[in-house]
Amino acid sequence: MSFIDRFVAGWRKHRKPGYYDKLDYAWSMTIDLDRCTGCGACVTACQAENNLAIVGEKDLAAGREMQWIRIERYWDGEYPNATLNFIPMLCQHCDAAPCETVCPVSATYHNQDGLNVQVYNRCIGTRSCAVYCPYEVRYFNYHDHHWDTPLEQQLNPDVSVREKGVMEKCTFCVQRIRQAKDHAKDDGGRRVQDGEVQPACVQTCPAEALVFGDRQDPNSQVSQSMSSPRAYNPLGDLNTQPSVVYLKKVGADAD
Amino acid sequence: MQTEVKQQQFADVNDDVVQSLVETGSKYYITLGLALFVTIACFMFPWFYQLYFGIGAAGNNHPAVWGTYLASFIFWIGLSHSGTLLSCVLHITNSEWRKAMYRSAEAMTLFSLMVAATMVMVHVGRPWFIHWAVPYPNQMELWPNFRSPLMFDVMAITTYLTGSLIFIYMGSIPDFAAVRDRTTGWRHHMYVLLSLGWRGTDTEWHRLGWAYTFLAVLIIPLAVSVHSIVSWDFAMSIVPGLHQTIFAPYFVVGAIYSGTAGIVTVMYVLRKYMNFEHFITRLHFDNLGKLLIVLSLIWTYINVLELFTGWYSGTSTEYEQLKFKLFGFYAPLYWEMILFCAAVPLLMISRRIRTSFVAMLWISIAVNIGMYTERFLIVATTQSRQYLPDAWGLYVPSLVEISIIIGSLAMFVTLFLIFVKIFPSVSIYEVKETMEPPKKKEGTPAWQATH
Repeated sequence: MSFIDRFVAGWRKHRKPGYYDKLDYAWSMTIDLDRCTGCGACVTACQAENNLAIVGEKDLAAGREMQWIRIERYWDGEYPNATLNFIPMLCQHCDAAPCETVCPVSATYHNQDGLNVQVYNRCIGTRSCAVYCPYEVRYFNYHDHHWDTPLEQQLNPDVSVREKGVMEKCTFCVQRIRQAKDHAKDDGGRRVQDGEVQPACVQTCPAEALVFGDRQDPNSQVSQSMSSPRAYNPLGDLNTQPSVVYLKKVGADAD
Repeated sequence: MQTEVKQQQFADVNDDVVQSLVETGSKYYITLGLALFVTIACFMFPWFYQLYFGIGAAGNNHPAVWGTYLASFIFWIGLSHSGTLLSCVLHITNSEWRKAMYRSAEAMTLFSLMVAATMVMVHVGRPWFIHWAVPYPNQMELWPNFRSPLMFDVMAITTYLTGSLIFIYMGSIPDFAAVRDRTTGWRHHMYVLLSLGWRGTDTEWHRLGWAYTFLAVLIIPLAVSVHSIVSWDFAMSIVPGLHQTIFAPYFVVGAIYSGTAGIVTVMYVLRKYMNFEHFITRLHFDNLGKLLIVLSLIWTYINVLELFTGWYSGTSTEYEQLKFKLFGFYAPLYWEMILFCAAVPLLMISRRIRTSFVAMLWISIAVNIGMYTERFLIVATTQSRQYLPDAWGLYVPSLVEISIIIGSLAMFVTLFLIFVKIFPSVSIYEVKETMEPPKKKEGTPAWQATH
């Protein structure tokens, strides 16, 4: 095979990766805002699972907290008829993600599972992805973080601890997905079953507001949930084609 | 112009320029030492501190991840614009008045590009991996992301830097030769190398002229593309206030505007402290003033258009952005920018102001302060008010950032001070072209009288 042939073959492969036609899985999440109580359990679970840094008092005041999933609070109406609405906001794993096109070193890209992944080791810290993201769910490591003894004992060994100068964000707990896929492969090469893998936030949600699964499987719980008439995407007019679908809060008035 | 040049002879030009290279007063050393000291104290040390502790040393936070470093980067790229670009345009249009000022203008381009590249290093989180943004064959078999405007930026700036370097060097070769013939010692050896064996034959002059015009034509589109691409870093996002098609011309005009003002400042300083009164005259300031006023009007027009686009879009995010820009936290800076970049330059309508050296100096400095503010606002206001109100925030630069900005200015001055002692900062051979040819007898040029 001559150099030119190899180059052409490589170029074609580069231009058209297999997952352009079909993803292995299309991991998706639905968030039922009618069920969400804003308790913040998902935030805590995420912190524990993904080794999120505790930035400390000073950086918190400067607005540099790390929350891969955060609860946004919006007040509706005036006191005494005010209602409080919660929207958990996390990386939407957009299929047409603005952050992916801008990274000069391709540190963030779309993988064959439909996930928007972040390669910490490749990141050079231009922070342009955070500017381009309309959901503001990318978090930058402004310092090297440390955990006071004995807190470093509870770090998750499956997740890397990020150094200063790199961007990070929700991964849909990619380490769990990877483990489930490996397990399914060893188990006779079957596909991952619905409910076999859950990110930490979904696992912990007491109101079961979050549902996670493969939207390519029409019988999965998440596919059923996505076909609800209440389904919508926040900032849907930006056409980023998110993998996270929200179910609109109908509220007490509708009962 | 001829009336203002006092009976200069060809030899005087050589003498004056060589004198500026070899005779160095204590004032020069004090200025150079001071500039070097400020560079080390205000740029190097804070930068090392930031490298050690992380970008947290700057004032960035969650919605505002970009800060003054990026604003400075755009500013320096902008300042680089008028040098080589203006020199090329004026060369092609055969403008005589270009000849005395273009060397220093091109040097400005070169050094601002270098400072801009340094600002990128300061800006990124892990500068020790910055080479990953350059496409080079590597054992990881990884390429940069060719869809990324930041990647285009790396390409465009490298190309522009290389082009400008070749352009300024090639135009200086006959001057290096002239200086070579008049210097001794280590300087002589240096200029022997730099002049590449220039003898001044007809063939050499012919080739130089041809190559010079060729490069001038090549660099004009390059310069326009560089700042268009810098604007795409912003305009290709979907951030309200940045996502506008006007951004490329906006940035290019802004760049030429601040660059021209920068040339006026540098020319004032050269004229005052390098004794170039014969070469840099009121005519140059008058012409540059006219150029500045045209640019200021275009700049104002684009700014009005930018507001109109936001208003016409009719979306709540754009409205919020507009309201925040005009009346929000950064509004005083916005109005300062309008004052310095749109109102003050209108004074130059008067010929008396255009031909006054001191007035032009202050106007040019005001324009560049206003233009720096513009770049800061582009970065700061838009990031503070994006789509989700929960993620709104404010950004104020930290002391480290302010110190690094001052230090980068000192770095520019240091580079320029070294330049004026190595490069003839006024083009010897082209200034001679504008002068009366030497005469042997009344009315007969010397070269005719010999035949």
